[in-house]
Amino acid sequence: MLELKDITLYFHKGSINEVRALNNISLTINDGDFITVIGSNGAGKSTLLNTLAGTHTPQTGLVTLDGKDITRWPEYKRARHMGRVFQDPLKGTCSTLSIEQNMALARRRGKRRGLSRGVTSEDRKIFAKNVKQIGLGLETRLGDSIGLLSGGQRQALTLLMATMVRPDILLLDEHTAALDPKTANQTLILTEHLVTSQQLTTLMVTHNMNQAIKLGNRLIMLHQGEIILDICGETKQKLSVNDLLAQFYAVKGEEFSSDKMLLT
Amino acid sequence: MSLFALLGALEQGLVYGIMVLGVYLTFRILDFPDLTVDGSLPLGAGVSAVCITHGMHPVASLVMAMGAGFLAGAVTGILNTKLRILHLLASILTMTALYSINIRVMSGPNVSLLGVDTVIDPLIRAGVPGYWASPVLFAGVVLVVIMALIWFLYTEIGQTLLATGDNLQMITSQGVDTHKVIIFGVGLSNALVALSGALIAQNQGAADVNMGVGTIVAGLASVIVGETVFGAGSVPRAIVAAIVGSVIYRVAIALALGLKIGSFAFTPSDLNLITALLVVVALTAPKIKARLKRC
Repeated sequence: MLELKDITLYFHKGSINEVRALNNISLTINDGDFITVIGSNGAGKSTLLNTLAGTHTPQTGLVTLDGKDITRWPEYKRARHMGRVFQDPLKGTCSTLSIEQNMALARRRGKRRGLSRGVTSEDRKIFAKNVKQIGLGLETRLGDSIGLLSGGQRQALTLLMATMVRPDILLLDEHTAALDPKTANQTLILTEHLVTSQQLTTLMVTHNMNQAIKLGNRLIMLHQGEIILDICGETKQKLSVNDLLAQFYAVKGEEFSSDKMLLT
Repeated sequence: MSLFALLGALEQGLVYGIMVLGVYLTFRILDFPDLTVDGSLPLGAGVSAVCITHGMHPVASLVMAMGAGFLAGAVTGILNTKLRILHLLASILTMTALYSINIRVMSGPNVSLLGVDTVIDPLIRAGVPGYWASPVLFAGVVLVVIMALIWFLYTEIGQTLLATGDNLQMITSQGVDTHKVIIFGVGLSNALVALSGALIAQNQGAADVNMGVGTIVAGLASVIVGETVFGAGSVPRAIVAAIVGSVIYRVAIALALGLKIGSFAFTPSDLNLITALLVVVALTAPKIKARLKRC
């Protein structure tokens, strides 16, 4: 169980560019939750995710994992418990290394690394089996450099790598936003498959309301660094895009102007 | 060019080649331009020379030199990661500090090794002619270092080094502390540079505080020349290319120094200018070539 308690986070605190990105946020992520996070640009979606991942340290508040205070843990230390997929498909893999080398790095996430082989024959067997399930025909190309793959292929691999060692939470930061619609859809199907088959606790940031409604058991809407909606269970299943917009007006009582959120 | 001159250039290319491997490790693998080498080369030379004159076995003095080089590199790594100083500046700071440290180590600007046993003497006593002894010995050392380095880069830790230079965000999310990797990587690189310096000192019979000037530029030139001539498709290939580049570079320098146009001739002090120009040309040539092709 991951918990955020009274988290406030400023960027450029004390300067004229000061921005309050998260405003006194509290959130409990239960084991097995698949939470989708929506909100307009600058609402704090990515900041929320990065605060969980340890990229940003909040000025006030606590981040706890199974009751342990991890607020001051650096990113690499938290990574032992977290799988991450980024918006930029290039960020999740090393272009100069081969597919199997990348996967081997992921398979040792959170484990002690020593002077044994970086990629073993046992690794290769497992990787071939794993890669087969994403159905891109990569199982015969394990020795190829990642730089030769397309963005969609890389994103699929990153997903696979993030779940190779079972994470306590899977963090997805608009991981389909940079892909073409068809590839984005395939990536989403893979996401759903991996999350449900392993029953992973997941937090997925998205710009797409339909996605946010369709996937997961819980939906959170952020606005100006605050959680303005937190819906789960049956209520969420019955949700439509119009409901969401109506809810948004009701809570904030202000005009939705030209915003990317409308372009679902 | 005579056989002696060629052997001399080969010897220099091999012994400086170990330094080039260190530069390759930081510059290409870690993506960390490291100027510490200008200070860690004479550091290795000085430590080795002082150890030998105090009665230590020449081979053991090499280990001491590598240890000192590792520490120097680690300092640069710590300045960069823990104190968040830009990598280039961090390495310049260490390099500058090393100038004073090297003079302290040697209790003066140089230490002579004339009349004491070095790693080359056993070979000469075994009957190997003097002009063959150093090239053969250095070739052996280079071979061992190449094999060790290739082996290391394919271990789990070695792979994190490659990944750190490629994609910091990726390897951080795989649970690796990149600070540790950078400190260790820059340390390892400078251990190799110091080993190179120690062997150079033992070969030429003296360690000198100024022998490191221009090391980084020579190292870069060798790496780039090697990649251009030999290619850098894979890690083992790039490592061999670094040595090939180092030998080509030293042969080219020897040829340039032997060149006479009328009354004009290059002197050894022109070396740094030639090398700097060579690096500029090597770095810009691909871009100029691409632009010419487009027209």
